[in-house]
Amino acid sequence: MDPQVSWLPAAAVVVPTLTSALIVAARRRPDVRDGILVTGAVVTFAIVASIVPRVVAGEILTTPLGQLLPGAELHLTADGMGMVFAALASLLWVLAGFYAIGYMRGDRAGNQTRFYAFYSLCLATAFGVAFAGDLLTFFIAYELLTVTTYPLVAHNGDGKALTAGRTYLGYLLSGGALVLLGIVIVYATTGELSFAAGGFVAGSMSPAMTGFVFALFAVGFGTKAGLMPLHAWLPGAMVAPTPVSALLHAVAVVKGGVFAVGRAVGFVFGPAALTGIPAQTLLATAAAITIVTASVIALRQDHLKRRLAYSTIAHLAYIVLGFALLTPASYEGSLMHIVNHGALKITLFFAAGAIHIAAHKDYVSQLDGIGRRMPFTMTAFAVAAYGLAGLPPVGGFLSKWHLVLGAYDGGHTAFAAVMAFSGLFTAAYLFPIVYRAFFRPPPADHPHGEASSLMVAPLCITAGLAVLLGLGDLSGMYAVMADVAGAVTGGAR
Amino acid sequence: MSQIAVLPLLPLLFGAVIAVLAGLWNARAAQGVAIVATAASLAASLTGLVRVTTDGAVTYALGGWPPPIGIEYVLDPLSAFMASIVALIGLLVVIYPVDAAFDIRPGRGVPLYALVLLLLTGLMGVMLSGDLFHLFVFLEIYAIATYGLVSLGGAKGVFASFRYLLFGTVGSGLYLLGVGFLYFSTGTLNMADMAGTLPEIAGSPTVLGAMALIVTGLALKMALFPLHVWLPDAHSFSPPGVAALLAAVQVKAGAYALIRILFDVFGPAYTGSDGLPVSAALLWFGLAGVIYGSWLATRQADIKRLLAYSTVAQLGYIGVGIGLATRIALIGAVLHVLNHAVMKSGLFLVAGGIIQRTGLKSIPRFAGLGKRMPVTMTGFAIAALSMVGIPPLAGFWSKFYLVWAAVDVGNWVTAVVIVASSMLTLVYFLRLFEQIFVLEPREAVVADATEPSGRVIGTVSVLAASIVLIGVFNVVLVRHVVGPIADAAVG
Amino acid sequence: MIEVLADRYVYLFVLALLAIGLYGVLAKTDLVKKVIGLVIFTTAIYLFFIHGSLQEDATAPVIDERGTDPALYVDPLPHLLILTAIVVGVGILGVALALLVRLYRTHGTMDEGLIVQHLSGIEPGVEDTAATDPEPGDRDPPDDGRGHDGGHGHDGDGA
Repeated sequence: MDPQVSWLPAAAVVVPTLTSALIVAARRRPDVRDGILVTGAVVTFAIVASIVPRVVAGEILTTPLGQLLPGAELHLTADGMGMVFAALASLLWVLAGFYAIGYMRGDRAGNQTRFYAFYSLCLATAFGVAFAGDLLTFFIAYELLTVTTYPLVAHNGDGKALTAGRTYLGYLLSGGALVLLGIVIVYATTGELSFAAGGFVAGSMSPAMTGFVFALFAVGFGTKAGLMPLHAWLPGAMVAPTPVSALLHAVAVVKGGVFAVGRAVGFVFGPAALTGIPAQTLLATAAAITIVTASVIALRQDHLKRRLAYSTIAHLAYIVLGFALLTPASYEGSLMHIVNHGALKITLFFAAGAIHIAAHKDYVSQLDGIGRRMPFTMTAFAVAAYGLAGLPPVGGFLSKWHLVLGAYDGGHTAFAAVMAFSGLFTAAYLFPIVYRAFFRPPPADHPHGEASSLMVAPLCITAGLAVLLGLGDLSGMYAVMADVAGAVTGGAR
Repeated sequence: MSQIAVLPLLPLLFGAVIAVLAGLWNARAAQGVAIVATAASLAASLTGLVRVTTDGAVTYALGGWPPPIGIEYVLDPLSAFMASIVALIGLLVVIYPVDAAFDIRPGRGVPLYALVLLLLTGLMGVMLSGDLFHLFVFLEIYAIATYGLVSLGGAKGVFASFRYLLFGTVGSGLYLLGVGFLYFSTGTLNMADMAGTLPEIAGSPTVLGAMALIVTGLALKMALFPLHVWLPDAHSFSPPGVAALLAAVQVKAGAYALIRILFDVFGPAYTGSDGLPVSAALLWFGLAGVIYGSWLATRQADIKRLLAYSTVAQLGYIGVGIGLATRIALIGAVLHVLNHAVMKSGLFLVAGGIIQRTGLKSIPRFAGLGKRMPVTMTGFAIAALSMVGIPPLAGFWSKFYLVWAAVDVGNWVTAVVIVASSMLTLVYFLRLFEQIFVLEPREAVVADATEPSGRVIGTVSVLAASIVLIGVFNVVLVRHVVGPIADAAVG
Repeated sequence: MIEVLADRYVYLFVLALLAIGLYGVLAKTDLVKKVIGLVIFTTAIYLFFIHGSLQEDATAPVIDERGTDPALYVDPLPHLLILTAIVVGVGILGVALALLVRLYRTHGTMDEGLIVQHLSGIEPGVEDTAATDPEPGDRDPPDDGRGHDGGHGHDGDGA
């Protein structure tokens, strides 16, 4: 179906940008400012929600942006793949918006205006990443996403935050530099930049050059996707306030990285260009190693947010692995896991933040009996932990099922085994927390209750969402994912 | 009306004379004269730019003597483009408040703005001249004005100025010697005329010698590594407004002359394969300059010195573009001339604003400035991000074209160095970012600081806005201005 | 044959002058000697041009009864160029000398090494002004309002 011209994809980028500007304008009135943040999130969600049914119905919406390079038309395009990412980000932003207000007020944090302004700006660039219709638009949004997240990572302004910020920018902009080189090579050899399901470089690039560019993209995007050994920035970035860790380092930023891998593998190279070179296998192997290594490291982390960060690294590697294998089921499974892992991991981070604010505890070893004082929070945490381990009926099960099935279908038994069994690791590093919280007696320290309802309500909702995602197809999204995977890999499932 | 070819020059020349007289009467009046003169020059340059990009180049024979006997002024897309940059940056610098620009409050009779106008006159003359010797005269005119302006920067400025004088004069001398070689082998000094004669004797030792001398001389003028030694002192010890002019447009005169003479005068003798390895030399020295300048910039504590070393690096990019000598590479180089002019003058003017309010030059003492001067520092952030090469800001595109050109000819070292150098740029700007935006104010002067005066904010904002606009609409520039320039040069 | 030798001779002479001048600029530590080197360097270029227009059996380019054959007259353009270049050169020399005067007044010496040494004692940055001026002395008043070119008088650290 031909793309239809529509202003909606652009609106999804413009509204959060405007929100950011209004937040700065309302800096002297905290209540108005916080209201603007939530309103902006809701409006953006409404815009994306109005796109969803049309994309489910098979339409593709596009906003032409004109040219930035001679001969390369740029556009923001809401296709199935971008829509999945945008729908996830916009929905979670609404919840994270409320949560952030509760968190920042509870934390009595400074520089809140700057925080909210860049928070919104980050979302704007994340929608740019989701809806970019070509490599150049994508790259612009991708780099801006990196830059606009920096102030959030370095927010606390102490030595740790500065170090984390340096590591963050150093890794991610280096990755961006590699990607830029790759994009220039693609443009110089094919004269084409627009994404196409199934790729567009086949036939115009030699296999050696294809392998080289693939490596540039894999390493460059892999940096943001937390692929080992390029992951070091992510645990460091956990010094940021928890709403940042939750929305950006579990959803928007890192998912931008894996989304980029999916775009590159499926919409730039495609199966046609990758047959006969070992690029896919190498990337998949790196991802498999990352799954195991990150899981083992997560087992040994006592700092709750760092444990979650390593868990994120492992699960991002699942997604990368699924994209790399490029079988219909694995590609679909990766798309599903973007959504499911998003809902699950944000719940876990929300819970960690709630514990930090209400109980002032950051370490797993301090969490004995906390389930009795914060029952809602810890129940949601338990649900999310259960889902992330890949057990039915929570959403994580469906995506892992597709990933394993896809790997097995493609004859990659080893990768299938890695994915199937590393669910055990997930259980091993998350379930003890649940056990401590509910089955150990609480210590005799200062009593506390739940965090503010601004924080507890969102995390309960995201946990519920995770369960819903496991029960069935929400508004046709899974069907869209299957279509995308079929179009990319050239095989119906 | 071919007078348009000389029109951008005249207001500056007469303005310089009037500014001397006005300065005798009132220091403020001289600034007014300078603003009017540069504004008129800018208007003429832009009019000329529009005209020549639609109707083609125009020439003006000085004194009515037709070339090749008389001296010719030529306004083609390249010279009109450069002239517009000179006039634009000149206008912003003369609007910039005098105390922030020059670090001093001149008494009556100090011909400050006369010198600035003289500098601009010289630069404009270089851009418009169609005659090799006439170009030399303008090179020296702007050089003399520069020596005067640099010496405003205190004891260190005087010494830097003296050293610069030595290097600059040797550079112009080498250029003049090269022009002599060419004159005695072709019998003409007119560029177009010579371009017609040169192919017959291309490859002769005299022509090659001339090329070597001219390139060396101009590389000295544009501070191409390793002939940059005069630049860091001259740019960091001169007052901020002067440094902005020097980094943004003055060194570009050398770059312009290099492009003009290599591509338009030597033409095939340069771009052909049987010439000297000039293009390889420019390319590799350019790359070395990019690395060297960026590396040293990461090690500076003084903001103006950091910016000066950064200029060495950025000029390296232009050298790389000229050295690659393809259409796309030239687009990158010419675009970078504009981008660097806008970015670096913006950064120097921000530095001037900081010095105006706090007197601070040392980066470790900048902590918390972003809170006190949010507007100015936003301008700084835009300019710095553009230097790092964050899309879609202006600086990204020149790098994009350079990488593209390198990939096109299969020169991977160049592609990798340009891409990697943006990380070095990040390193030195990140230190500034951390101090300015992340940390809380420590110094009393910072805690009490306010936004600099309105004209500082105004000029910085104009430059920041230009960086964004040039970035977003760069394809328009490439299609209508820079593309034709590159076509004319290599076509 | 003799003509060619003569040509070469002059070129070698010019080359030698250029080299001497450049050597003076780069190698001499006395600033005045550097300027002298610069003058030698530029003068060598003037000589090169003048020599290039040399023409036997020709006269000043004022058309007289001998006719209008160009071969009868010397090419006037190089002379013209060099006249201009000399004027420009004098301007540069003037600026150089003015700077020298200021350097001498500030530092009391013409030795590059000593001046560099002295300058490195002056901290960079406006915030540190006036820290290095123990005796403003009877020099001409500093012409920049912030006065950070403070020096030590004529014999401050000359020896």
